[in-house]
Amino acid sequence: MILPWLILIPFIGGLLCWLTERVAPTLPRWIALFSMALVLGLGLWLWSVGDYSLAPHPADAANWTVEFKHVWIARFGINFHLALDGLSLLMILLTGLLGVLSVLCSWSEIQKRVGFFHLNLMWILGGVVGVFLALDLFLFFFFWEMMLVPMYFLIALWGHSGDGKKTRITAATKFFIYTQASGLIMLVAILGLVFFHQSVTGEFTFDYARLLGTPLPPTVEYVLMLGFFIAFAVKLPVVPVHSWLPDAHAQAPTAGSVDLAGILLKTAAYGLLRFALPLFPNASAEFAPIAMALGLVGIFYGALLSFAQTDIKRLVAYSSVSHMGFILIAIYSGSQQALQGAVVQMVAHGLSAAALFILCGQLYERLHTRDMRQMGGLWARLPWLPALSLFFAAASLGLPGTGNFIGEFLILLGTFADWPWISAAATFGLVFASVYSLIMIHRAYFGPATSEQALRGLNGRELSMVLGLAALLIGLGLFPQVVLDTSWSSMQGVQQWLGTAFSQLAPTR
Amino acid sequence: MQLTTQHLIALLPLLILSATVLLVMLAIAWRRHHALTYLLSLAGLGAALVSVVAVAGGDAQQVTSLLKVDRFAYFYMALLLIATIACVTLAHAYLGEREGQGFPGNREELYLLMLLATLGGMVLVCAEHLAALFIGLELLSVPVYGLVAYAFFNKRSLEAGIKYMVLSAAGSAFLLFGMALLYAEAGSLAFASIGIALENGLSSPLAQMGTGMMLVGLAFKLSLVPFHLWTPDVYEGAPAPVAAFLATAAKIAVFAVLLRLYQLSPATAGGWLAGVLSAIAVASILLGNLLALLQNNLKRLLGYSSIAHFGYLLIALIASKGLAEEAVGVYLVTYVLTSLGAFGVITLMSTPYNGRDADALYEYRGLFWRRPYLTAVLALMMLSLAGIPLTAGFIGKFYIITVGVQAELWWLLGTLVLGSAIGVFYYLRVMVTLFLVEPKLHHHDAPFNWGQRAGGVMLMMVAFFAFFFGVYPQPLLSLVQQAAL
Repeated sequence: MILPWLILIPFIGGLLCWLTERVAPTLPRWIALFSMALVLGLGLWLWSVGDYSLAPHPADAANWTVEFKHVWIARFGINFHLALDGLSLLMILLTGLLGVLSVLCSWSEIQKRVGFFHLNLMWILGGVVGVFLALDLFLFFFFWEMMLVPMYFLIALWGHSGDGKKTRITAATKFFIYTQASGLIMLVAILGLVFFHQSVTGEFTFDYARLLGTPLPPTVEYVLMLGFFIAFAVKLPVVPVHSWLPDAHAQAPTAGSVDLAGILLKTAAYGLLRFALPLFPNASAEFAPIAMALGLVGIFYGALLSFAQTDIKRLVAYSSVSHMGFILIAIYSGSQQALQGAVVQMVAHGLSAAALFILCGQLYERLHTRDMRQMGGLWARLPWLPALSLFFAAASLGLPGTGNFIGEFLILLGTFADWPWISAAATFGLVFASVYSLIMIHRAYFGPATSEQALRGLNGRELSMVLGLAALLIGLGLFPQVVLDTSWSSMQGVQQWLGTAFSQLAPTR
Repeated sequence: MQLTTQHLIALLPLLILSATVLLVMLAIAWRRHHALTYLLSLAGLGAALVSVVAVAGGDAQQVTSLLKVDRFAYFYMALLLIATIACVTLAHAYLGEREGQGFPGNREELYLLMLLATLGGMVLVCAEHLAALFIGLELLSVPVYGLVAYAFFNKRSLEAGIKYMVLSAAGSAFLLFGMALLYAEAGSLAFASIGIALENGLSSPLAQMGTGMMLVGLAFKLSLVPFHLWTPDVYEGAPAPVAAFLATAAKIAVFAVLLRLYQLSPATAGGWLAGVLSAIAVASILLGNLLALLQNNLKRLLGYSSIAHFGYLLIALIASKGLAEEAVGVYLVTYVLTSLGAFGVITLMSTPYNGRDADALYEYRGLFWRRPYLTAVLALMMLSLAGIPLTAGFIGKFYIITVGVQAELWWLLGTLVLGSAIGVFYYLRVMVTLFLVEPKLHHHDAPFNWGQRAGGVMLMMVAFFAFFFGVYPQPLLSLVQQAAL
């Protein structure tokens, strides 16, 4: 019963936030904080008691640490089926942690309609937890689409309008339309798979484990795989379909950016690992070179555009595009090492991008601009914040000692075995990452100061959030084994699916 | 053919409603009393609904060669009655309770016209014969002319009424001519015998013309592209509760009979008809959504969106096998709930009648911060129209996509995905308007106690079901499953 509660707590907490706004203006914040802390606590408890050597793999697809199943829509054989393995657990921990942080970072930023804001925030997080736990394809899609609406509100209502008045609504609408349309393509693919499964076995089901072994003709498999891939590519984002991301990030409030970069992007990587690869291993193996090429394009394109930005949040947003390129390459490399690297990178990028967005938010609260041309010389005017920004910029460029280094190193190392050229090319992405990360620090914090006036320093809440994240990143950099152990079996399963497909593909290539 | 008790029992809902019509008419002649008329209509509709539930368990009855009262018919009858109950309740709030306040003209006849139109709809869903189809359709349409122009001292309402009358009459003429041509070819007016007679002969030019003209007539009533031109104007001009009736009850009945006709007659055999319907569906989905994009009038926007939604429904009709019939049922239920909710909010915002309806989008700016529950209902309805999870609309759309995949109608599915993406834009536009900062000007508000009025209670129930079926659709699905032809 613990799994449904992980989803229900944010939903109920969100409703309470909305209803209690009239009682006291800060009450919603405390309720939200408490609910997310509860989710995080439950996650940690599950981590300490669970046996994470259990994970689905080709021989036994229904092998889970914790499972929950209840009939939902009998007409279509749809169950409310949730399950947890190492990969989902890590993602849920990340969600809980970033949930707590996004409540904390909006403590002073959001002053209007506090209750409704937290309702939306909680519902996003609830939907994301649902995505990470859902094992019924219909349920997965349900949560996948559901988290869009509150995110839309978050950007459209509490976002910052940059130049024009309409921009935040435009950005929110763009985000919504991109994800919704691509989601519907995935729904068509899901139904295609389900009907094909029915025509082969006579059983109408949306259940993950049942659908896994469906024998599909190559063309059908490829088309269905593309349907899933498009939805995940939009969310990840992969380069030709990424244009919603910088807009959404630039206009979103800090909490929205934290959730977007920290967790929402990870749902796409999770979807690829959990659904796209195991359901369509052969098509995925065939598609791998294209996907990896797209990943490479993303790395460099993201890095180049990131370098060219003047808006500090857009810069961080484009850097996410670049980092997600690494994850895409790792996912399709078919190597256990690279897959493990992808998991570490997902966690590390979640932490570092969240921290960078929180810092951008704090900067915005003090300067009321995100334009780096109006910054400069901040190092002298403001204690703590510049140094911490430097730390996270260094983490983002993959400095040894931080989790990002472990992730990227494992990805490149693992990919090298089978795809030496791609790995070698991707390595240059690290150089680019150094350039855009350092240029951000340089433009914002060094150079001539626009004013000599000292700015308000960080208070305890702001400082502890960022320092906490820094400690976690270093922890992940020094002791990645904790995370690697947890995700080992899950990644091994994925690797087996894809590895088998690669070996079958090899003779024909 | 002899009418036995069994037949009369099967016809009970129709009989009860006819009696109600007479009773209401006499009551108005005896004494004009708004509340009394409303309660009488409501009681009659309620009794009819109870009788539907009571007799629905029985076997299908062929009553004369005109009507076939089966579970399919009962299901749509119930849906019609529920929609009418909601519209009548909305109308009661809209017209205003006390004399001298609210609607300046006579209030009572509106109920009479609505009951008559519903009776026509109920005949239509039982129709198994072209004559019954025509009788039902006219009985449905003619009172609606009056309803649309009910606020005749308002220029727009009158204009809409006349426009609807002229175009609808033209549609009926097409339909009638088409029937005549089909009769000339098949020698029968019953759906099934036409089907048998034309099994191989659909290629004959006479039958093709007939089918085509009937399609034109029905497409007029369903406002499918290219016969949609009246829709936005009529929706805008008609009083809000009437627009709700037009969008729900009137369309359900026509679509139900179209479904029956399509299933029993050899329409599926002729490939060209499916081609024409596909073209109409694509055009309706794209044009409806595109034209709605920049509307600043909520009623017009809903009008265009209904064009698109019937385009989606056509996909199920074209598939016409497997889950198609169920999909139509489920989609119509979700569409009815959603439309009732959306028009309900407009009605309550315009309550009591004060010369014009609150249908301009700017009047809804920042409504959430003043009227959270009313706005939450409208936002839920917009999400449902857009087909977002947690709302009934999602289940409807899921069904349509399922049917499309099952029948492998890839082009139509592509259009649906494209149409939904366009649609999301304007639904979100409405939604975000509701939540935007309050403007200082334009204070327009629903009366404070709207929640206690019957209209408010009804609206909350609609919203509850729209949410409930979105989260737990199984009861709805089981019900629709039993209502197969």
